[in-house]
Amino acid sequence: MTQIRSTGLQIAAATVVSITAAWMLPQILELFALINATVFVSMSLLALSLGLVWGFCGILCFGQTAFFGLGGYSYAIAAINFGDTTGAVPIALLVPTVIAGALGYFMFYGRISDVYMGVITLTVTLILYKFANSTAGDQWTIGKAALGGFNGIPGTPPLNLPLQPDQALDPRQVFILAVICLLSCYVVAKLILRTRFGRVAVAIRENEIRAELLGYDVRRHKLGMFVLGGVMAGLAGILFANCVFVSPTMFSLSYAGQVIIWVLVGGVGTLIGPIVGCILVQMLVTWAGTLPDIDANLLLGVVFMLAVLAVPQGLLPAATTALTHLVRRTAG
Amino acid sequence: MDYAVVVALQILSGIATLVIVSLGLAVVFGMMRVINLAHGEFLMLGGYCAILAHGAGINVWISVLALPPVIVGLFGLVVERLLIRRLYGRMIDTMLATWGLSLALIGGVNMAFGNTVSGFSAPLGSFTIGRFHNSVYDMFLVLAAVVLSFSVWAVLRFTPAGLIARGTMQNSEMAAALGVAPDRVYAATFAAGAALSGLAGGLIAPLSGVVPTMGTLYIAKAFITVITGGASMVTGTLTASGLLGTVSTVGTFLTTPVLGEVGLLVVAIVLLRLLPRGITGRFLRQSL
Repeated sequence: MTQIRSTGLQIAAATVVSITAAWMLPQILELFALINATVFVSMSLLALSLGLVWGFCGILCFGQTAFFGLGGYSYAIAAINFGDTTGAVPIALLVPTVIAGALGYFMFYGRISDVYMGVITLTVTLILYKFANSTAGDQWTIGKAALGGFNGIPGTPPLNLPLQPDQALDPRQVFILAVICLLSCYVVAKLILRTRFGRVAVAIRENEIRAELLGYDVRRHKLGMFVLGGVMAGLAGILFANCVFVSPTMFSLSYAGQVIIWVLVGGVGTLIGPIVGCILVQMLVTWAGTLPDIDANLLLGVVFMLAVLAVPQGLLPAATTALTHLVRRTAG
Repeated sequence: MDYAVVVALQILSGIATLVIVSLGLAVVFGMMRVINLAHGEFLMLGGYCAILAHGAGINVWISVLALPPVIVGLFGLVVERLLIRRLYGRMIDTMLATWGLSLALIGGVNMAFGNTVSGFSAPLGSFTIGRFHNSVYDMFLVLAAVVLSFSVWAVLRFTPAGLIARGTMQNSEMAAALGVAPDRVYAATFAAGAALSGLAGGLIAPLSGVVPTMGTLYIAKAFITVITGGASMVTGTLTASGLLGTVSTVGTFLTTPVLGEVGLLVVAIVLLRLLPRGITGRFLRQSL
């Protein structure tokens, strides 16, 4: 079992799964289901970003959705103003990067401890939520884009081929693009964790004081990881904006909570775990939505509590441990 | 002149609301280092207790002041036994488990009572200053905030139970060696915190109305007030509420309610940057 843990094999396996999904799903799913699948992929990317920041650098960010929403909103606003999404994508990645950088600088260089950091990130998300909700009316426009308050921006333009505004991608292509983005982010995260930077980040997660005493600049490494997570969340926001549309719910408390549930259920400290957790929990929520008498929140909350109590390490690590035991028993 | 008085009264009632909704969370966090993210839903349950009792024809004061703390306190006892007790010392896990509880309660109450706002009009009527009408109930809330804070302070400062609770908080092993069962102290503290939250829910129910998701409106504010206040339960909550309540009410008068709230959150963030341990981490450190 140990060799499966090696980076190369994991990346290869992820690539095979992604290619299969990108090739098969558009053929077997109907349009609505395919768009839903794209939403799942964008959410998985959001989960991956938190999984990286929380699971490998020990930063419990309650407001990962802030960057998700910022990415979506900046994409929509820039795309409406330019009439072309070629320039909108870099801007939509830049905005979360800058905000994550500023917020991270503020928190890590201020040496704010974990619980307070959770509160601050959550607060920033809530500020954005309240602000986005209050932007109804004509005075709240940026260029040609009306922010739309509670309703969001329903006419979010779909991605187009670079520099060809009239060549919009169809849902099938958006899905394939989303899978490619998810796979690339996964590979980037895996590779970064192999570098010296990534190893120091893990050392900080294990013991921050020891890492600091060994001479590593904890603040810089945390900031770097935080910004990386912010960019990935922003990318997830762009993809999400492409299949739904941007609205203040992207910043809402329930979304912020869900991301943490996904990572927790899948397994903190793994990269595949958050993705698996996200897809499983979202499928559960979608299924619960079709039940007439059960409220989705009730089901989600119970799953959340049981996950913390019964499998605090998450499903994937628990499954790996169980599998290792089984293999050892049958082998020995 | 009249206007100034009215604004001052509004600021007072804004501060009082913050104190009332934060006190239960402050007790649980200050004593047990447990961050109860289901605090908002405890408020919501208290609100529903008040509404249902009032609807059943029970006297308004009993249904606002007596029933919610008792019922939510008992509920807190059950939650402590089933959930919190298994997670002591695991701060993040407790936070996540109570978040799950919060979602489950929202879902459950939504199934039971539906996603509609229900409420009853505040008792006591209104009084006038110049041409402005003011609710007497707002002033009653100010009184309630004062009485509640004083009671919590007095219980901790003067009663044997308060002494035992403070001792257990400082050093649970030493307290155990002296014959105190820390488990019971924690359970009682959590139940007391839940009772305070329930009472808060009952008190604000006539003002805000009750809806399953109302907790999310208060949890962030309460959370931020407690963290900004810092280690001392009563002093911290009072000073932080005083500051943040003033900011948010003045902001509301000058601009819009939304920007008032945003101002509250921004001030809290800046304050935490300057005083990472909260107000009472720097000033008034010996207070309770």
